[in-house]
Amino acid sequence: MKITLYGVRGSIPVPGKDTVKYGGNTTCIGLETPEGDQIIFDGGTGIRVLGMTLIKQLPVKCALFITHTHWDHIQGLPFFTPFFIPGSEVNIYGSFDPIYRKDLKTILSNQMEYCYFPVRECELNAQIQYNHVIERQPITVGSATITPILLNHPVLNYGYKVECHKKTFFFTGDYEPPYNIYDPDDHEFSEYETLLQQQRGQLADFIKHCDLVVADSQYSSEEYPSKKGWGHGSYDTCIQLAKEAQIKHMVMTHHDPLRTDAQLEQIWQGFSSRTDLPQNTKFELAIEGKSFVL
Amino acid sequence: MPIDQSKLTRLVETLPAFPESAQKIIALTSRVDCSPKQLVKIIEHDPVLTMKVLKLVNSAYFGLSREVKSVNHAVVYVGINTIKNLAISVATTGTLPKQNAAGLDTRALWYHSLKVGVLAKILAEEHGTPSTQTVNYFVGGLLHDIGRLLVAHFFPDEYKSMLSHINASQDSILESEALVLGITHAEIGAMVSEHWQLPAELQHCIRHHHSTQAELLVNAPLTMAVNAANLLIHLKDEPEKITIPECILQWLGAPVEDVLARLTTLENEVDKAVSFIEIAG
Repeated sequence: MKITLYGVRGSIPVPGKDTVKYGGNTTCIGLETPEGDQIIFDGGTGIRVLGMTLIKQLPVKCALFITHTHWDHIQGLPFFTPFFIPGSEVNIYGSFDPIYRKDLKTILSNQMEYCYFPVRECELNAQIQYNHVIERQPITVGSATITPILLNHPVLNYGYKVECHKKTFFFTGDYEPPYNIYDPDDHEFSEYETLLQQQRGQLADFIKHCDLVVADSQYSSEEYPSKKGWGHGSYDTCIQLAKEAQIKHMVMTHHDPLRTDAQLEQIWQGFSSRTDLPQNTKFELAIEGKSFVL
Repeated sequence: MPIDQSKLTRLVETLPAFPESAQKIIALTSRVDCSPKQLVKIIEHDPVLTMKVLKLVNSAYFGLSREVKSVNHAVVYVGINTIKNLAISVATTGTLPKQNAAGLDTRALWYHSLKVGVLAKILAEEHGTPSTQTVNYFVGGLLHDIGRLLVAHFFPDEYKSMLSHINASQDSILESEALVLGITHAEIGAMVSEHWQLPAELQHCIRHHHSTQAELLVNAPLTMAVNAANLLIHLKDEPEKITIPECILQWLGAPVEDVLARLTTLENEVDKAVSFIEIAG
């Protein structure tokens, strides 16, 4: 399968001269199986370019998996050209919102209401189907099997594992490994720690020996303490995950919008010279437009 | 058939307390940096709230692959922010009895109360009330008609007589209550709010939510906002029956039609809140 990063920026698009190398579009990943099945993860602004690529071969048939519905993961959807082309088929997968009790169709249609966008969802020409995912229940798309797992973020966020021809790819969506909410002196501390270890262990087992992982690394370890609870990982949490799950290739994404190319270069220089990196994992920073073949 | 006042007093005294946890959650979560462990502690100290949160997390709405067995487990599994929002909704909507023998449409009353709560909060925001205080306006709206629920629940026969009187006469609900029951739902609501030891301004708001006297309203912003919201909601449904007192019109500061027209978000907000009545109640 071929995986291409169409958007690697977190929070908000940041076009401009300072983001030319790593890219300014928000989250979107395209995946093509050897059989030509088209699978997309998230509809950040990167999906606009992916849509332009897909329509070169009509009709477009694709499956779109939404990790969660925060803006930077859906804001490109109204500009996904296949939606407007008769004959396109788009199968959208994502979470039902248990807090507002709203289904995916309602949530995504809201961003195309009259006051936000000139074309309403019901006017789109593509054949669109909405599907609610259930944790760990696999979904088959052509030769690929996609399995969702719930990962910590300030809204329900699903990470998706893709298995295809004995290769595995995993995308975390936005993910902050849960932390202990108690102080070491609190008697609940150790019980909570056990729950955390179980949770981490379950994720590590789920993606054990994965060939390629794209994971949230919005912050540095220095920045993280002031951003705790915001729902994002750091370079160190990516290292931790790579170690625990013995990941073969870890691509760190969701770059903070304040990061310039020069800063990311500097971060990479520091990162690659670390001595605590696991020997069997290849690390790199996500770059918009880059592809990986498994 | 007037209500037996001593029986009423006894019944009010035996009412379960307005969950302290609901008040604490409302106060705690009005801060963006609310402490996760404090929130867990509040939920865990209320067995009913704990049960409801766990029931919802384990429901098909979440579709989790493993059973969540404790509040801490829920926080680790689905995240503190989701549990926080779940707890707010459960705490603020799961307080009152749903059944009554008088045929009062409890769901309709709840829906009305939610609309008044949401609108009172919006009006308070428009009047520059700090966001840390607007939650009281929502609670005030939610509880303003608690007296009606109580009468229907504990005095179904008297309540039915009162409804017959309204249908047969042109009297308002307050006039009918005073005549038939010997006490109004606002007065009964005030008794309950005293028993629950709600903040003084909430007690005042529930007691005077039908008042037309400027001196009771102008220095009591919570009472004013809930009173105005209640009238505006009734005005939408029955425009011919409602007259808005001058002091409330002045407080609104704009023609009623303009105020109503601005409230386009109301239905959405109410739908969010309403979605919890069935599952969290």
